[in-house]
Amino acid sequence: MPGKLKVKIVAGRHLPVMDRASDLTDAFVEVKFGNTTFKTDVYPKSLNPQWNSEWFKFEVDDEDLQDEPLQITVLDHDTYSANDAIGKVYIDIDPLLYSEAATVISGWFPIYDTIHGIRGEINVVVKVDLFNDLNRFRQSSCGVKFFCTTSIPKCYRAVIIHGFVEELVVNEDPEYQWIDRIRTPRASNEARQRLISLMSGELQRKIGLKVLEMRGNAVVGYLQCFDLEGESGLVVRAIGTACTLDKLSSPAAFLPACNSPSKEMKESPLVHPPSHGCRSTHNSPIHTATGSRLTQNFSVSVPTLIYTGMGSGSAGKEGGPFKALLRQQTQSALEQREFPFFTLTAFPPGFLVHVGGVVSARSVKLLDRIHNPDEPETRDAWWAEIRQEIKSHAKALGCHAVVGYSESTSICEEVCILSASGTAAVLNPRFLQDGTVEGCLEQRLEENLPAGCGFCHIPYDELNMPFPAHLTYCYNCRKQKVPDVLFTTIDLPTDATVIGKGCLIQARLCRLKKKAQAEANATAISNLLPFMEYEVHTQLMNKLKLKGMNALFGLRIQITVGENMLMGLASATGVYLAALPTPGGIQIAGKTPNDGSYEQHISHMQKKINDTIAKNKELYEINPPEISEEIIGSPIPEPRQRSRLLRSQSESSDEVTELDLSHGKKDAFVLEIDDTDAMEDVHSLLTDVPPPSGFYSCNTEIMPGINNWTSEIQMFTSVRVIRLSSLNLTNHALNKNFNDLCENLLKSLYFKLRSMIPCCLCHVNFTVSLPEDELIQVTVTAVAITFDKNQALQTTKAHVEKSLQRASTDNEELLQFPLELCSDSLPSHPFPPAKATSVDYSSFADRCSSWIELIKLKAQTIRRGSIKTTVTVEKTSPMGEGNFRNRSAAPCANSTVGVVKMTPLSFIPGAKITKYLGIINMFFIRETTSLREEGGVSGFLHAFIAEVFAMVRAHVAALGGNAVVSYIMKQCVFMENPNKNQAQCLINVSGDAVVFARESELEVVSTQQPAANCQPACTGGEVTT
Amino acid sequence: MTSELDIFVGNTTLIDEDVYRLWLDGYSVGDAVALRVRSGILEQTGATAAVLQSDTMDHYRTFHMLERLLHAPPKLLHQLIYQIPPSRQALLIERYYAFDEAFVREVLGKKLSKGTKKDLDDISTKTGITLKSCRRQFDNFKRVFKVVEEMRGSLVDNVQQHFLLSDRLARDYAAIVFFANNRFETGKKKLQYLSFGDFAFCAELMIQNWTLGAVDSQVDDMDMDLDKEFLQDLKELKVLVADKDLLDLHKSLVCTALRGKLGVFSEMEANFKNLSRGLVNVATKLTHNKDVRDLFVDLVEKFVEPCRSDHWPLSDVRLFLNQYSASVHSLDGFRHQALWDRYMGTLRGCLLRLYHD
Repeated sequence: MPGKLKVKIVAGRHLPVMDRASDLTDAFVEVKFGNTTFKTDVYPKSLNPQWNSEWFKFEVDDEDLQDEPLQITVLDHDTYSANDAIGKVYIDIDPLLYSEAATVISGWFPIYDTIHGIRGEINVVVKVDLFNDLNRFRQSSCGVKFFCTTSIPKCYRAVIIHGFVEELVVNEDPEYQWIDRIRTPRASNEARQRLISLMSGELQRKIGLKVLEMRGNAVVGYLQCFDLEGESGLVVRAIGTACTLDKLSSPAAFLPACNSPSKEMKESPLVHPPSHGCRSTHNSPIHTATGSRLTQNFSVSVPTLIYTGMGSGSAGKEGGPFKALLRQQTQSALEQREFPFFTLTAFPPGFLVHVGGVVSARSVKLLDRIHNPDEPETRDAWWAEIRQEIKSHAKALGCHAVVGYSESTSICEEVCILSASGTAAVLNPRFLQDGTVEGCLEQRLEENLPAGCGFCHIPYDELNMPFPAHLTYCYNCRKQKVPDVLFTTIDLPTDATVIGKGCLIQARLCRLKKKAQAEANATAISNLLPFMEYEVHTQLMNKLKLKGMNALFGLRIQITVGENMLMGLASATGVYLAALPTPGGIQIAGKTPNDGSYEQHISHMQKKINDTIAKNKELYEINPPEISEEIIGSPIPEPRQRSRLLRSQSESSDEVTELDLSHGKKDAFVLEIDDTDAMEDVHSLLTDVPPPSGFYSCNTEIMPGINNWTSEIQMFTSVRVIRLSSLNLTNHALNKNFNDLCENLLKSLYFKLRSMIPCCLCHVNFTVSLPEDELIQVTVTAVAITFDKNQALQTTKAHVEKSLQRASTDNEELLQFPLELCSDSLPSHPFPPAKATSVDYSSFADRCSSWIELIKLKAQTIRRGSIKTTVTVEKTSPMGEGNFRNRSAAPCANSTVGVVKMTPLSFIPGAKITKYLGIINMFFIRETTSLREEGGVSGFLHAFIAEVFAMVRAHVAALGGNAVVSYIMKQCVFMENPNKNQAQCLINVSGDAVVFARESELEVVSTQQPAANCQPACTGGEVTT
Repeated sequence: MTSELDIFVGNTTLIDEDVYRLWLDGYSVGDAVALRVRSGILEQTGATAAVLQSDTMDHYRTFHMLERLLHAPPKLLHQLIYQIPPSRQALLIERYYAFDEAFVREVLGKKLSKGTKKDLDDISTKTGITLKSCRRQFDNFKRVFKVVEEMRGSLVDNVQQHFLLSDRLARDYAAIVFFANNRFETGKKKLQYLSFGDFAFCAELMIQNWTLGAVDSQVDDMDMDLDKEFLQDLKELKVLVADKDLLDLHKSLVCTALRGKLGVFSEMEANFKNLSRGLVNVATKLTHNKDVRDLFVDLVEKFVEPCRSDHWPLSDVRLFLNQYSASVHSLDGFRHQALWDRYMGTLRGCLLRLYHD
């Protein structure tokens, strides 16, 4: 009996009128945990009852504590008929189960009813007394901390990063049980909510057990999703990265680092990315082992990208032997693992050695063919298969690990597309094992890894490349090979050297598909997928070049399946990495020669494209230092080959892009216009309107090139559904509609948030779904953050330097590196003596100026940087002058509604997270049978999302927190039936509840301990009664 | 391609002041969009009409959802659904309860009943204020009236506490409620020259001096109803005009004091008895509800108009009224000095406010 749960019901307020005669309510409360139920007295005739109940005590196993939610039901007492339910509150008590998190849950919770929405609030206090349990065979995993954040949470230090954990549980969906025919929608919704809550608890407990087995104490980058498979069941699955974390106790250890949180924290909590690109695609229908039932299996693997190399081919260099050794060690460390995957997207300094490129796999499955729908085996096998594929793709890229890993599904009727993607990478083994590899190796290694470009270097053997790519010597260190373009699913590493600013780049695509059944349908989808991947990749590539940039971060490709179409939406943040070569332009080639006007048209387009590139370069401040070609040795094996797109045989008949190398010696990307579609494609490239001035957007944690955030943030969710007119459904019209939908949505966001200018939309996360035949739903969640325009001008140099500076401080503080490292590391990246093997001047015709200049520049930045850093410290302190004081105590009963910030980012600008209170993972269903009365679909969904936000905030406040970070809306399933005046919506959200303090406050906090809760000046302020 | 659903929900609820004003003014989404386009916002921001339409719809939806809470402003502060900074909350409430001068003049002193509500159509046509806006303003008056009508304590304080209005607006509402409760006639043609501010000023004086609350702060309804006993007592003032000697004495005292100081002395001297009779008769009639309602009509007819027709400057009116009230203290035969002060102190203030073109 290892735990005692205690609950006290204090009071209610704003209850609805339940008795029309008296305009009052006779409310009482049922408190249920597991199979035990307690009741309060009836508080008669009041809309603001004061129950002030005794402590209800539940004595339970800690296994139940983890699985079960506390269920509080508010009812209206009726002497003559059945009591009417007013609504419910589910409280996840998990945060009370680990020592450092919350100790009490206390506050006002909205009373929620799936039919009526929020109906008043109830004040509840919950505590847990845990007894130590020495049973070794225990089934619970209390004490394992969970974080949605996809980086090592602030105020913790990663001792070891163990690796991938996953789990999946299946149950029958209550909505599809026979009993659903006779019960009320409310009962059905509540059964579903409760079931998912239970399943999430169970899932978390099981994952916790795995973590304990690995000797870890936390899961970072925890991503839990549910799949509504319909008849075949309801799946809740989760992946995460097991770690051993150490709490950084002394504030001195993290205070300095927090002065510039914008840079310090670069992790992107939600990683949902899939893959991209298709150079080598294979299409292989596989019969699964399940006997006679045929499951279409299809996978696209895309080791397309572009990489950076450490080049074992050049092993003669100083770093060579050490790297080889490192590689061996890492490999052995990782090989013990079934799947060397990491859901993290940002890493401790030194963790990420090289990045290979994006790897992804997809597979089409038929849900009605699952042998044992109630058992998880089949789904486990499906995912294992996909993970295996990812692993082998990574290997092909010379990488032994996958970072920024995520999984997703898209379901339509009985067809399900499973997708997984990540970034192949080479990791530093130091974090992967128990402090074994300390010492000189590490030291040497660090010296050999030039800051800011090391991760770009290719990890694979240049003589034995997995795919044709164009390599050059790194533009930063001149020592190692880098690819011409780099795509990744992770955040931009903090120490990366970036030129100019980044921007959001999206590829959007629709493909019509015939309606079909079962296998035919699955085959049709399988056949379409590679083309979609290919086109999405081409679009991304073109748009990237159009922006004058050479790398994508946070890439996430979502393929959504509908009855009669497939949609692809890829989002990423484009940047110009200083280490990579300048991207070439885009060339247009016409196919019909001898046509004067046509030629003219082509040249007109060409001019437009060139203008756009020039304009974008100016807009994003991309002006890389020019490098003289004489100095650069570039032994590129086959310089021309790089721009060739290789297609696998299966699709080679469908020529979309053709290379024409005659267009000069620049590494131009050539678009051939051979029909109107191609023309439209080119047009659509040019229709993407840049954000209005003062606005930037990205889908990573923060905008590369902006680092002076001010404290105002606004998180929002926007949903749009459009109905396609069925008449003109061609691929082309569809693409245009979809493109317009996304563009208009972005335009609306810019307009709505115009008062925040200058500001940046960060972590822009688009989700597409196809709820019905002709409906397209796009959901966007993002956060707008203001920044200081004046400082914004100092971009690259300051940024580079800051990150260098910080990398070194971090090293000292977080990694306890020997001190000399920071002093050594800067001067010690020797720009290698120009390699004079075979020099290919031609490919660098457009770049000049010497690397000596680069060195000078670096030296300058280093000097400036140190000044800059001090400036930052001074700058940040006066920022939020107000005596902001976060409420760490339980919110006092009825006086104030505290402001709770929500953000999809892992940090709060201008503030320091002082405590993680636990994971928030909530699932709600809302249904209505009076859609028109509630303001139609827009009114209904608007109110529901506002209610979801409110419930998240209330739970965070009750835990004693004042913000949710790494917030994500994982699902927003909306169904309507306007004819019946009905609609239903399911929403699943999660995030990490935290306590944050303004930086300015941290400094004074010691001097003014007791001061009352007052927080004027800063952004939100508190609402006083 | 048609947009089926289009929403934007912020963790902090976005409030656009301009759109809020359009919404309060009762414009439809279409009209509001047209007005916004005319304001040049498209040029400033580079947005399209579609964006503006979507934005306006979104704000209207938000306001519509907030309206329920605005009906009981303390709820807006306590609710958890919309996170709104306090300054914005205050703005939402203040603007929601603000009213148009033209509208309030139409309904001031009228019973806030269904019947009046039916006349809103006409008021809307007459004033050019949209019917929707008229309804909101009318409902606000009625809601405030209902909440505070049976409460003890200061009317202004009650309004402020239950509707969280600014001091200025709370005073205006106190006046509206007071007028509605006592049904003072304000719509007569000869009263048209008076502004709401004039009436509100008088209301405040009357609440301070003539209601139950003026003598006893522990009664229900104290600021709403006039002190019945006081009105009854006012009959005693009749003697000032009924007793010929007293009237003559009063006149001579006033004339002596004002001789040479008044530009309109002769007119005053000639009219003194009429004016005094008018003012005293108003007092003595206040026992009848009908006459209470006509208070302002009577004051204008009996005092303001005669003086105005003789072109009294305001300064002379002030001198006269001061002397007129003060001289009574020198009338030995008159025993109701306190009563006279309570009556005349307020009346003097009111008359001075009412005396303009």
